[in-house]
Amino acid sequence: MSQRVTRSSRLSQGAAVLGLLVLILLAAAPWWAGRADMRLMGEIFLYLSLATLWNLLAGYAGLVSVGQQAYVGLGGYALFALTILAGVPALWAIPLAGLLGALVAVPVAALIFRLRGAYFAIGTWVIAEVFRLGAAQVSALGGGSGTSLPADVVRAMASGRDAREALAYWLALGVAMAVIGLAFAILRSRLGLALMALRDNELAARSLGINIWRTKFIVYVATAGLTTLIGALIFVQKLRISPDAGFSVNDWTAFVIFIVVIGGIGTLEGPIIGTLVFFALRETMADMGSVYLIALGVVAIVVMLRAPAGIWGLIRARTGAELFPISHRVRGTTTKETADGKKA
Amino acid sequence: MGELLKLEAVRRAYGAVVVADAQSWSLAEGEALGVIGPNGAGKTSMFNLITGTLNPQSGRIYFAGQDITDWPAARRCRAGMARSFQVPQPFGGMTVYENALVAATQGAGARGARAEAICLDVLARTGLMPKANARAGSLTLLERKRLELARALCTQPRLLLLDEIAGGLTDGECHSLVQTIRDVRATGVSIIWIEHVVHALLAVVDRLIVVDFGRLIADGAPQAIMASREVREIYLGLDADV
Repeated sequence: MSQRVTRSSRLSQGAAVLGLLVLILLAAAPWWAGRADMRLMGEIFLYLSLATLWNLLAGYAGLVSVGQQAYVGLGGYALFALTILAGVPALWAIPLAGLLGALVAVPVAALIFRLRGAYFAIGTWVIAEVFRLGAAQVSALGGGSGTSLPADVVRAMASGRDAREALAYWLALGVAMAVIGLAFAILRSRLGLALMALRDNELAARSLGINIWRTKFIVYVATAGLTTLIGALIFVQKLRISPDAGFSVNDWTAFVIFIVVIGGIGTLEGPIIGTLVFFALRETMADMGSVYLIALGVVAIVVMLRAPAGIWGLIRARTGAELFPISHRVRGTTTKETADGKKA
Repeated sequence: MGELLKLEAVRRAYGAVVVADAQSWSLAEGEALGVIGPNGAGKTSMFNLITGTLNPQSGRIYFAGQDITDWPAARRCRAGMARSFQVPQPFGGMTVYENALVAATQGAGARGARAEAICLDVLARTGLMPKANARAGSLTLLERKRLELARALCTQPRLLLLDEIAGGLTDGECHSLVQTIRDVRATGVSIIWIEHVVHALLAVVDRLIVVDFGRLIADGAPQAIMASREVREIYLGLDADV
């Protein structure tokens, strides 16, 4: 047989090399960046992680959740509960929070998977509100007004403030890389192929042997666990939590949806571009108060009208470019082929 | 040869419209069965009931000796049952090869090099190799119909259900399709084929059933059925050119 199947292209190989260089540069940030810059970059990495996870959920598994703040808040509260009430070191509490989030997601999925489309979306929001109201009842963690991470818990994380800031930064960078790496690995696997198939056509997916419920369930539980872990990381940086901050639909879901939709839903590259756009807007306009939110709305409307598939969706439609090699190319089907695998 | 598929008094109705009226029939392993009947007779509903997209209100369905009545569609596919849809249902955002790969990895449970080999072989057999890297959403109707067949074959079925796969094809295309389906049959795959293009059907099947109002009104050798005046008159029209 003369055909063979390849996945990477020169563009994706180049992107991998460039990505590695940027990663090395970012990992060395504690030696070249100021404290404020590192905090900002740490926040960017956490938003990038949240966006990548929401994209996996909504863009690939078709589970449009507007209630992921349930898990961010759960992660924050799990961190505070484990450190303050159970005396667990903060660094151990973060992965434990992730595990807890995945466990909590199992019965939640069993419940909300009975809902479809818009009803599913509203259902996830209701769950998040239930979590928020539940958190407000826990008087040991400050009830409705929230609580702060005790100084000794914070001090025990690392020796000195610089070391702690560097640690928080590296954790955020590490988690972002792990989340993107995991999403990439999933999308290249059989599971990813199944996800893309059911994104495109559920009827055909079912008829070709894909267990739709199980596929969605795996993705929901995995993203919930990781979102909870990220929630714990977010509040390690913030040092203070309240039900309204932890379960904020604006901060942890609306902005995340903005990022994914602007960048390009259903692509791995989209959330990266969307995160950069979002933070560029925020950092240049945050001082303008409500004008900033109006600008975000305008950008969202323009992108949805002009490029419904997002910025990366537009680029990909024009050029066929793919930085993360997920798709398959059959070589040798025609005599003439260009370097990037597109048929001439 | 044993029974591969058996329907026992399978019934399904939408209100007063009965799409399957106590149907009882079976298919032998290796058999090729043609299904004809007027539009709205319940032919596609019969496929939906067999493949699990539609549940019967009463009756049982058996596949390879197992009662599959309560099995979901995906499980029936993995057990060796594959279908093409009358209205093609491609994964529009994926390439033709990836469409095939979904079927090979999920339906046939193949991995790695074996899945790749299945897909390349099927794409070559169905004439889709030149389109392997094209997005399925960009295909013409004809190519989409071939993709339906290709995907079904990639699940490595024991039973292949074809729903009007020859409709809209030119004579030459129809001829090559018939050859492809004959080749599939030669590998031991059982076939049930719904088709209005009767001459294509007759070139492949060795048994014909006629369906109307959800009931089997004739079942037997193709030539005998097509010669029956009742079938010609009532269900195909007197001047049907067959």
